[in-house]
Amino acid sequence: MTTTTTTLAKALNAGLRSAMEDDPKVIVMGEDVGRLGGVFRVTDGLQKDFGDNRVLDTPLAESGIVGTAVGLAMRGYRPVAEIQFDGFVFPAFDQITSQVAKITYRTQGAWSMPMVIRIPFGGGIGAVEHHAESPESFFCHIGGLRVVACSNPQDAYDMLRAAIACDDPVIFFEPKRRYWEKGDLDPDLHPGRVPGDPWPPACFTSVVRRAGTDVTVVSYGSSMPVLSAAADAAQDEGHSLEVIDLRTLSPLDLHPVVESVRKTGRLVVVSEAPRESSITADIAARVTEEAFYSLAAPVLRVAGYDTPYPPSRVEDEYLPDLDKVLHAVDRVLAY
Amino acid sequence: MASERAPSDPPPARGADPYHPTSVAQAAAHGAAGLRGRPTPSEVIAGLRATSHGEDLVQLLSPEGVFTPHEDFPFTITGELLRSLYRDMVLVRRFDREGNALQRQGQLNIWVPLLGQEAAQIGAGRAMRPADMAFPSYREHGVAWCRGVDPTELLGIFRGTDHCGWNPKETRFNGYTIVIGNQVLNATGYAMGQKFDGVIGSHSEGVSGSTGGGRDAGTDEATIVFFGDGATSQGDVHEGMVFAAAFDAPVVFYCQNNQWAISEPVARQSRVPLWERSTGYGFPGVRVDGNDVLACLAVTRWALDECRSGNGPVMIEAFTYRMDAHTTSDDPTRYRMAAEEEHWKLLDPIERVRVHLAREGLADQAFFDEVGVEADELAARFRTFCVQMPKPTPDRMFANVYSEPHAGLQAQQREHAEYLAGFADGGES
Repeated sequence: MTTTTTTLAKALNAGLRSAMEDDPKVIVMGEDVGRLGGVFRVTDGLQKDFGDNRVLDTPLAESGIVGTAVGLAMRGYRPVAEIQFDGFVFPAFDQITSQVAKITYRTQGAWSMPMVIRIPFGGGIGAVEHHAESPESFFCHIGGLRVVACSNPQDAYDMLRAAIACDDPVIFFEPKRRYWEKGDLDPDLHPGRVPGDPWPPACFTSVVRRAGTDVTVVSYGSSMPVLSAAADAAQDEGHSLEVIDLRTLSPLDLHPVVESVRKTGRLVVVSEAPRESSITADIAARVTEEAFYSLAAPVLRVAGYDTPYPPSRVEDEYLPDLDKVLHAVDRVLAY
Repeated sequence: MASERAPSDPPPARGADPYHPTSVAQAAAHGAAGLRGRPTPSEVIAGLRATSHGEDLVQLLSPEGVFTPHEDFPFTITGELLRSLYRDMVLVRRFDREGNALQRQGQLNIWVPLLGQEAAQIGAGRAMRPADMAFPSYREHGVAWCRGVDPTELLGIFRGTDHCGWNPKETRFNGYTIVIGNQVLNATGYAMGQKFDGVIGSHSEGVSGSTGGGRDAGTDEATIVFFGDGATSQGDVHEGMVFAAAFDAPVVFYCQNNQWAISEPVARQSRVPLWERSTGYGFPGVRVDGNDVLACLAVTRWALDECRSGNGPVMIEAFTYRMDAHTTSDDPTRYRMAAEEEHWKLLDPIERVRVHLAREGLADQAFFDEVGVEADELAARFRTFCVQMPKPTPDRMFANVYSEPHAGLQAQQREHAEYLAGFADGGES
């Protein structure tokens, strides 16, 4: 098939459709995912084509969505549950941490838990409270879960299919601010996974988006375009940035990051999530452990503040943006 | 009809307001307590119906061992069935007592006794067909017994060598779920899957439910989930009932109301009898004498058949009593009166079957002796197995966290192995 240009939301839709066509056990469930096609239209048209036994409009209860998905997975289904917004996942947090993450361990492998929990995450859309959060660190702290975040249409498609094919539960973060941004999509770029394929699939590894020599900048999800813009701006000032998209947040794939730092000696980690006890903190710690003698400057972080997510009229002050990233780049270069 | 009144006017006298009754009778008629802030004793009693026996209780075998048929739940008893139910209850009680003893002797970290709930569990467990699926809480040793889980497989959880010692897929008995109420949603999802799979409503052979025969016949399936009176306050139980109703899921909500959630009496959980809550979700509820194994068997068999035939969900409240502590770490003398336990001893689930068997000549002393010997042998096997259970190896800690490889965890496992290898004895423990 040829490459087309499409939005990230439509790429996710195509990924879901492809997975549902390949495997009759794949079912989609959540609030408004049926007739409406989801509030972001990610599930648009799926109920019409696959029926209401495979695309379930559920009662409005997030613990109920995830808790029943657990039972469906035990029954042999591969549920793809949608949480409508990041800030609504917390009623389901009990089921995710107490059951989803632990059932395979508890039952010594008798029951795998093939489930995807899709969560639109991040700010920058001028929304009311609870619609712009970045809760990924909570999930990375739970053994038994996998956590990934996509940042462009091709990855959205590949990573969603890989997550659905995975026998472990995957928390799948979607950069809601980028849902309508377009990019290339070739559905056949990576063939679907079959049993016995080596793990992990290529799309579940961190990737160097842009090679550079002076400073390594790392992020995931919505901030990736910010990093690209920063690399352009830095280039104009004579600095070469190496840009890395983490893609997988648990487990972290820090091999490309450490390799890059051994070359650049400088690292800036970027995330919208609050800074303390976060993914950015973990990356700083582990790079220090593994590449201490390569570092020419402290690892700096550009992250959200440790406040509740602010009212949207000041969210531009909260979010990592081009200037904040360049400021951090300047600081690590100044050492 | 109230006249228009300005915001500055005083509130109308309540005597004229049907929603603010002034008499105890009126209050009780609304099932309410304390509408005026300080309840009268009558209102308190009206509000505590959840704690008392009532005429709504389905009972087939009285505490005195007298069998009375129930028109809604026709049931043919045979000596063979009664003897096997008796045997199950005695054996389960025996290893349950051994579990308590093993904890007191330091062989178990904790034990969760089922004493007093043998009928509620054996009745429900024996009502299931092999293809049905059960989701227990953590006290369902009797249901485990009925599902073919060997009692020794329960020990690891309480000795600390595993989190689930049986295969939940093969036994169709899920792992014990300790977070109160979580399993109700998991069971509902499983039942939704049964419905999507089309394994209900075929009305195949064996869906009669009135006798001991035909248990294994038919291809239709159902799910049953066990939870306690305390769990009914959890959001997950509410959501499970909402989802089950929304998707017509073939699930039996089996609430063992043993009157106590550790130290909190059921009155703290509900003003109305728990079974009545089902009405609010739009499916039937039945309160059964949870110390009557025949009633529990008959009502659960009916409820499972309802679910199999597509008429689910159904709620059952098994009205019973936790004769022992919440766990071996608990001390019930701090919160309940010994007289209450004495009262419930008269309602013992095993004694009434024994009396009936003896009085009707359905079992002789040799039978009772045989069961007693078998129970002691089981307890001895249970004990021997327990004290010989080895400490798990460090690899156990890292095993089965994921189904697919996980690079981060593999690195930590290597790190731990290298740490252990640094000791002179190679880390042997």
